[in-house]
Amino acid sequence: MITYILRRFLYAIPIAFGVSVVCFSLVYLAPGDPLQTILPSDASADTIAMVKAAYGFDQPLPIQFLKWLGRVLTGNFGESIATRRPVILEVTGALRNTGTLALFAVPISFTAGYAMGALAGCFPGRIIDRVVTGTAVIGVSLPNYWFGIVLVIIFAVQEMMLPATGMGANGSTAFSLFSLADLRFLVLPVVTLSMIPIGIIARSTRAAVAEVLNQDFVTTLRAKGLGEIAVIRHVLKNSLPQVLAVMGLQFGYLMGGSILVETVFTWPGSGFLLSKAIINRDVPVLQGTILFLALIFVATNLLVDLLQSMIDPRIRRS
Amino acid sequence: MAGLPFLRGIRCGSVALILCGLLAGTPARSESVLTVGMTAGDIPATTGNPDQGFEGFRFVGYNLYDGLALWDLSRSDAPSDIKPGLATAWHVDANDHHRWIFDLRQGVTWHDGCPFTADDVLWNFARVTDPKAPQYYTVQMALSRTYVANFASVEKIDDHTVAITTKAVESLFPYSMSYFLMISRCRAEALKYDWAAYAAHPSGTGPYRFDRMVAHERLEFIPNKDYWDPKRVAKHDRLVLLPMPEAATRAAALLTGQVNFIEAPAPDTIPRLRSAGMQIITNKYPHNWPYILNFVRGPMTDIRVRRAANYALNRSEFVEMLGGLAIEEYATMPPGTPYYGNPVRYEYNPDKARALLKEAGCLPCKIVFAISTSGSGQMQPLPMNELAKAQLEEVGFQVELKVMDWNSLIEIGRSGVAKYPEIDGYNGSRALLDPVSALIKPVWKAHWSPAGSNWGHFYDPEIEDLVNQILAEFDDQKRLAMLTRLHELENDRALMVWVVHDLNPRALSPKLSGFVQAQNWFQDLTPIVVQP
Repeated sequence: MITYILRRFLYAIPIAFGVSVVCFSLVYLAPGDPLQTILPSDASADTIAMVKAAYGFDQPLPIQFLKWLGRVLTGNFGESIATRRPVILEVTGALRNTGTLALFAVPISFTAGYAMGALAGCFPGRIIDRVVTGTAVIGVSLPNYWFGIVLVIIFAVQEMMLPATGMGANGSTAFSLFSLADLRFLVLPVVTLSMIPIGIIARSTRAAVAEVLNQDFVTTLRAKGLGEIAVIRHVLKNSLPQVLAVMGLQFGYLMGGSILVETVFTWPGSGFLLSKAIINRDVPVLQGTILFLALIFVATNLLVDLLQSMIDPRIRRS
Repeated sequence: MAGLPFLRGIRCGSVALILCGLLAGTPARSESVLTVGMTAGDIPATTGNPDQGFEGFRFVGYNLYDGLALWDLSRSDAPSDIKPGLATAWHVDANDHHRWIFDLRQGVTWHDGCPFTADDVLWNFARVTDPKAPQYYTVQMALSRTYVANFASVEKIDDHTVAITTKAVESLFPYSMSYFLMISRCRAEALKYDWAAYAAHPSGTGPYRFDRMVAHERLEFIPNKDYWDPKRVAKHDRLVLLPMPEAATRAAALLTGQVNFIEAPAPDTIPRLRSAGMQIITNKYPHNWPYILNFVRGPMTDIRVRRAANYALNRSEFVEMLGGLAIEEYATMPPGTPYYGNPVRYEYNPDKARALLKEAGCLPCKIVFAISTSGSGQMQPLPMNELAKAQLEEVGFQVELKVMDWNSLIEIGRSGVAKYPEIDGYNGSRALLDPVSALIKPVWKAHWSPAGSNWGHFYDPEIEDLVNQILAEFDDQKRLAMLTRLHELENDRALMVWVVHDLNPRALSPKLSGFVQAQNWFQDLTPIVVQP
């Protein structure tokens, strides 16, 4: 098992390097000026040249990349052009806020999605299956941007039950998970954010459970006289590796935050940070955020692989 | 049935918890708070000249800091002009028109308690122009350089008088000083020029003092009770600024009471806001929404084509589309501007437009316009550009819209026509606060892109001569007459394709009173009273 973990960990290193190359290059492929934030729209060519030189953006791209990579390897992600704050602080602060959303969205969406999918999978073709499948399709298809605004209109504007926007009455630094007043700010973004993962997990679980139910060993179990609950327990366990892979991806999605959802709710998470960095072409923040999120995906995949192999040792052997 | 009392207990408990939550969520504030939902995507820079365009100036720059000159924002019924700020008066040296004498205001103190003197002015200019000075800060250089482009040197005459020398004679130079904000030398030295620390502890002379900031989320100011202009001491206890780039979010935040002042409500939310009792405030201001044209190659080099494009637009349809939140634009400046004059009025006349295109031999007349999907001052760019395209094509144009994000359009605007010769024009809204930015830069050869903002390399000997005369004329009345003539000439030459002037809508809670919406990009928030 240790060899397997080490091997999987070593695989992750070139992936992380590849991600860093891609995320650095992609940022430069986009048109626009990385210094847009600090340059007035009528800045002259000589002003732009002076500022580019001061920031090192006048150097060839490979040199810029090597310098950036050298800094990143020492834990220095540079400074935000817009705020002058260290990128590491910008990204970790935003990830913490997105993590707060994920803290609620992950258990809600995973539990609801898995329960719905398992229920539908155990009763294929029945009414419960149709209801769950229909609900899951709606969850996946609804644009969460639109859904978020509809929730705001109903629960914030019309009913005045919940706040429409922001992370607490005094901002994220004063936000407390132990304050009901602050928790109210979580409700609408969490519900909006959970819709898509619920739909995806429900559909994947349903497919996985239905597939396992059709396998020969289930017939054997029943032939041996095993009770239906015990059979279902075996079925769920066997469908789990497949579902875990999907959950891993969805966990990465939730940790990455949603640009649209966080923008609608002005939630200061990684998605909102990313959107601001894109709009402002704040290259250091953009590169840092993408790299962090990519590494979270890599780490999550690694974790899922390990969990899968623990649940089903055949995966490790293959 | 046995479970019912248990369920009832849970329900009661839940209700109690929710009520606790609601009560806990009700801020027990005794202070009056003005909470603004800005369109900006982030908190503007607090280290002097702000970023985030003129919205940054409006809410952060002009509240924390002052310039030698300021804008008079006290009236809504007339265009605003500059007035004394940290300088009480200025005049050009009669013997040397490159030299301006500024008399500094006495008795002004920075928020940190240090007195404001001539040394602070010298120190501030070095901060953005002298790379060898310890206080030189690249970011501030970038944000200020446009406004100090003509600055050559500054000397101290005495503790309360400075002389600023310009590189070229410029009779309109004091306008530049309204955009250059002074920050505290005392505070910067105390923080050893750590600008990130300064951003978190800024000190100016403005009507508000910094109180608290949560990066990217909120900025809180409290009134500067010792402000040198007693008329501008804030009439509320706290100003909170929240970035809310999404229009629907701003409207929802206003309707739920999370903010009580929002910028730029979307036209389709106005009826809902009105029905909830919100005040919708509009006023004309120096903004326009034109197509800025290519004078180097392509159809727009022909004045007949430019005029045809102007005659082709039925501007009333744009106003209708925008729910009345705009006025028809027939010239660069909105009517009422002191130098508006009597420009040609390119009323909707499709027959005349067709005839002009035929005369120019450009039928169908293929043109390419670069447009953005959003952006500062861009209003509703996609539907508006679609409407313009439809109207232009009705008279014989064949319009290709190159759609891009705001940043890419800015890049086109900065780089100029030489780098993008295939583009016949781009749709970029403009801030027309002062006559140099509004009228001179777009036509002056010295500002041919990429050196300046004459994007399409417009050149007309008569206009060039007039610009030089304006910059050398120090008699206000004579200069005003010349500026009026310049505005009329630019209009005659169909310098742009003019569409609409924005009416700058804002929505305020009914609990707010006293706001005077100046005809300006900047606004004074200090008179606002917030009822409990």
